Amino acid sequence: MKFPLRNAIFGLVVAVVAALAFINAGTASGTSTARNKLTLIAPAAPGGGWDSFAREGQQALKSGGVVNNPQVVNVPGAGGTIGLSQFVQTPGREDALLVTGGVMVGAIELGDNPESMADVVPIARMADDYAALVVPADSTFKTFSDFLEAWKKDPGGTSIGGGSLGSIDHLLSAMVAKTVGIDPKDVNYIAYSGGGEALTSLLSHTTAAGMSGYNEVRDQIEAGTLRALAISSEERLDGVDVPTFKEQGVDAAMSNWRGFVAAPGTTDEAKAEFIKIVTEMRSTQHWQEALKRNSWTDTFSTGEEFEQFITNEVATAQEIVKDLGL
Amino acid sequence: MEQLELLMGGFANALTPMNLLWVLIGALLGTAVGVVPGLGSAMAVALLLPITFSLEPTAAFIMFAGIYFGGLFGDSTSGILLNTPGHSSAIASTFEGHRMAKSGQAAKALATCAIGAFIGGLIATTLVVFFAPTLVKMATVFGPAEYFALAVFAFLAISAVVSESVIRGIAALGIGLALALVGIDGPSGTARFTLGMPQLFDGISVIVITVGLLALGEVFHVASRIHRDPAATRIHTKGRARLGLADFKKALPAWLRGTAFGVPFGLIPAGGAEVPTFLAYGTEKQLAKRRNDPEFGTSGSIRGLAAPEAAANATAGTAMGALLALGLPVSATAAIMLAAFQQYGMQPGPLLFERSGDLVWALLASLFVGLVILVMINIPFASVWAKLLSIPKHYLYAGITVFSMLGVYAVSSAILDLWLLIAIGLIGFLMRRYNIPLAPVLIAVILGPMAETELRRALAVSEGDLGILVDSPITVTLYLVLAAALALSAVQHLRHRTNRKA
Repeated sequence: MKFPLRNAIFGLVVAVVAALAFINAGTASGTSTARNKLTLIAPAAPGGGWDSFAREGQQALKSGGVVNNPQVVNVPGAGGTIGLSQFVQTPGREDALLVTGGVMVGAIELGDNPESMADVVPIARMADDYAALVVPADSTFKTFSDFLEAWKKDPGGTSIGGGSLGSIDHLLSAMVAKTVGIDPKDVNYIAYSGGGEALTSLLSHTTAAGMSGYNEVRDQIEAGTLRALAISSEERLDGVDVPTFKEQGVDAAMSNWRGFVAAPGTTDEAKAEFIKIVTEMRSTQHWQEALKRNSWTDTFSTGEEFEQFITNEVATAQEIVKDLGL
Repeated sequence: MEQLELLMGGFANALTPMNLLWVLIGALLGTAVGVVPGLGSAMAVALLLPITFSLEPTAAFIMFAGIYFGGLFGDSTSGILLNTPGHSSAIASTFEGHRMAKSGQAAKALATCAIGAFIGGLIATTLVVFFAPTLVKMATVFGPAEYFALAVFAFLAISAVVSESVIRGIAALGIGLALALVGIDGPSGTARFTLGMPQLFDGISVIVITVGLLALGEVFHVASRIHRDPAATRIHTKGRARLGLADFKKALPAWLRGTAFGVPFGLIPAGGAEVPTFLAYGTEKQLAKRRNDPEFGTSGSIRGLAAPEAAANATAGTAMGALLALGLPVSATAAIMLAAFQQYGMQPGPLLFERSGDLVWALLASLFVGLVILVMINIPFASVWAKLLSIPKHYLYAGITVFSMLGVYAVSSAILDLWLLIAIGLIGFLMRRYNIPLAPVLIAVILGPMAETELRRALAVSEGDLGILVDSPITVTLYLVLAAALALSAVQHLRHRTNRKA
């Protein structure tokens, strides 16, 4: 030992720091409530749709003073079902919410997962956006009926590009096909991993038409490189000059919704508290701005209304996946 | 030169002392995150996004510019020093770069990288500034048939040159393809080789495969030889470390060749920066063979490092152009940058330059500032980083192990990935033991799925008509060049053989 004093001081410092850290860790985990520390689990990689939704939520909770320490944890993979199955493993957890949405419902039906939406406790539906059927500006399809005519005649030759299998784009294409009398199995759907790739496939005239989130292609439509033929909302959206499928006589509507669910076994009190938290979150200025910035439609609903909605969504997805023969 | 004037305006906006501080912070953070295997600049931007809400837009963009390029400067640092590329775009730089580091030229390799990244980024960004609208037209002429031709081209161009023994090379390709097949098949939704485990539905991450094969495999290899065969595991710390004029002269053409590969690839959303880096590496290897360069594949060739590194950054530069002018996110980082821009009400796409011109020009100017700052940080640091290799070996390799596990876990927070990492590390060890080359595995992992998906997409669109594959001038040209190259190398091969006999 060359420097006994120095070693002793160093040892002491380490011991003190460690002790403080342990005490801190002990107390922090002891008093963890949703108001204190809430973890939002985004079942997607950083930068994905659910991730940005979760991070907007985190900012709203923090800036509005709703939750002291909101955090976002990413558990990416398989359309959100990896995040779901991890979340289901932590029953009764009262300091975490899982971000969910239409894509997860589709992925569950497609992937034969042991976990389903029935395993989690629905809290709230927060925001929706819609998919649109688009064609390149120089396409011969001027209107939706032009497209329908060609599609009915030759479903295989009229390919549709869109997001991955089980996505809203995919399910909606099948739903529209079935409504107009085309067997969903005959739809020539070309799956791309992202909106950007699907967009280039349209611009390079690889696919005849594209099904894509309206917000992703909005600028291309305004700039005149793409033309929107129909949008998947129930009614016409404010400031969006695109007719709905329903208006054009095709009874198909679908939305890309996002919301929160709680872990299995959540008590009624905890559930009520979660609903209060997201209700307060929705009324923060940050959330209202986030809705506008992302062009999300505010479709806030909780409780039984939301539970009923999920039940319907699952039934629709099941039916479409069955029709597709997947 | 209207653009020049606008760019000057951008510089005026971007170059305030406070903004320089932000770009410095961004560059440091980006480099730091890039160094950790698995955590690319995509992660850095995503994590820092909420922090920048409180900044004014110009300050936020300039910080992003630092992070964006910083990640690309950093990811090859760990590749060169520790054989653990931080990101898949640095894999090709790792092959020769780590060889250089092992033969005592670590500082030189790092400096080559920094300058290569600078040159690639600079040229690409300049092109974007002046020709963005024209360049993005390229993106729209590429359909699945073209991608497939490109993938085949890259496959053969690289595979033909990377392996000395054909059988070993094919075996390595096979291992790579087998690893790449795991996961849900995109076009049909069928799960392949997932053993029923949902965690495998998205396939085995390229990062896990790279880090396992290169880093952990190396650790196992060194551990098995350390007392028996000191020569096999030695890292020379002597050797000329500085980048001399002669080195510069050697590397300059390679940097430019690499940039030429990288520029067009940034615009087309096909597999990001990996394809051009591999093509650049393959070309250098071919050239080295022709001029009988003994350094290539042994003590590390500066050209073999310079070209892929410049290609990676050139891709990043033009990818930014594609993002701004088309709204096309061609890489993960670009996708997150897209989200970041939207936070400030700036919607990349055809209308961007009209709608928010001031911001765009400030951003483009920031990219230049970021590059200059990064090269200033990285060149002096090269020799500091290189000191890392003088750490005693048992500490160094233990550090590498911890470091790679940490990086892999941070990306996915999945324990399964750690087991996979160890398993692939063992495969990497066995491959080293039996002299099977590692590069074809990584090439197959990246190009294999791309070739498969694009082929099936092309055939789905044409409803099974094979004619679509040779239906456009681009595909025909690619196949013709490929046939010519194959014929040429066959002739060379035969001539070589007769020469040896004679």
